[in-house]
Amino acid sequence: MRKLVAFLAIMIIFAFLVITAVELRGDDGGFGEPVNTEMDEYFLENSQSHNQVNNIVTAILFDYRGLDTLGEATVLFAAVSGVLTVLRKMKPVKRGGKR
Amino acid sequence: MNWEMSKIVRTVTDIMVVPIIVYGIYLIVHGHLTPGGGFQGGAVIASSTALLIIAYGSFRDHKADLSSIESIGLTLFIILALLGLFLGATMFHNYSAGTGGLFGGTVPQGINPGYINTGGTVPLMNIMVGLEVAAALSLILLMMGKASDSVEVEA
Repeated sequence: MRKLVAFLAIMIIFAFLVITAVELRGDDGGFGEPVNTEMDEYFLENSQSHNQVNNIVTAILFDYRGLDTLGEATVLFAAVSGVLTVLRKMKPVKRGGKR
Repeated sequence: MNWEMSKIVRTVTDIMVVPIIVYGIYLIVHGHLTPGGGFQGGAVIASSTALLIIAYGSFRDHKADLSSIESIGLTLFIILALLGLFLGATMFHNYSAGTGGLFGGTVPQGINPGYINTGGTVPLMNIMVGLEVAAALSLILLMMGKASDSVEVEA
């Protein structure tokens, strides 16, 4: 019974995702031609004149969406802080002998 | 660790580490022209650290140095972002794009071969993030090596 409920739930979620993906495409276009393209076209047209950068991906990463990059860097910093805290002092362990 | 790999592995490592680091620096510095950037270049540099640790097994404790480099990179990144807030309009505003000076050249619109002295704050931020990522991943690898060193593995 539980397995059946879990299976039905997964099927419903998956159907929701598929239907949403199908709904996202344009009326006349197929996949690869999304409905909302204003933002992409804005970036493609303006990142060279705004940022003097050829690489538009880098322009988005470090200028338009700079706060997200800061968040990524902070996540990495937090990960390293956690590793340094957990692995601060390690005692040698002898296995198999007397504890 | 009290072991190291054979002389063949160590020699190949000695030869390969320099090109790997140079390639990582190239990825970071050319981040505003070609695919790549700070994160990718930093990961490449950290892979050279992994190669050294695996081949030699022993290493000096660079924990404090790497930790300082990581903190300096992140701090300079945040300072650059705040400079955009104070000198420009918003946080992460590219205040030095096209104004001359360091990385201040202008890009010809449309298709162009790509000039290194362009981009304003974007290449600087790439370098800061590259420093931070390279130091952070190397630090994680070093700490894991140290931890596995102090645990005796059953043979």
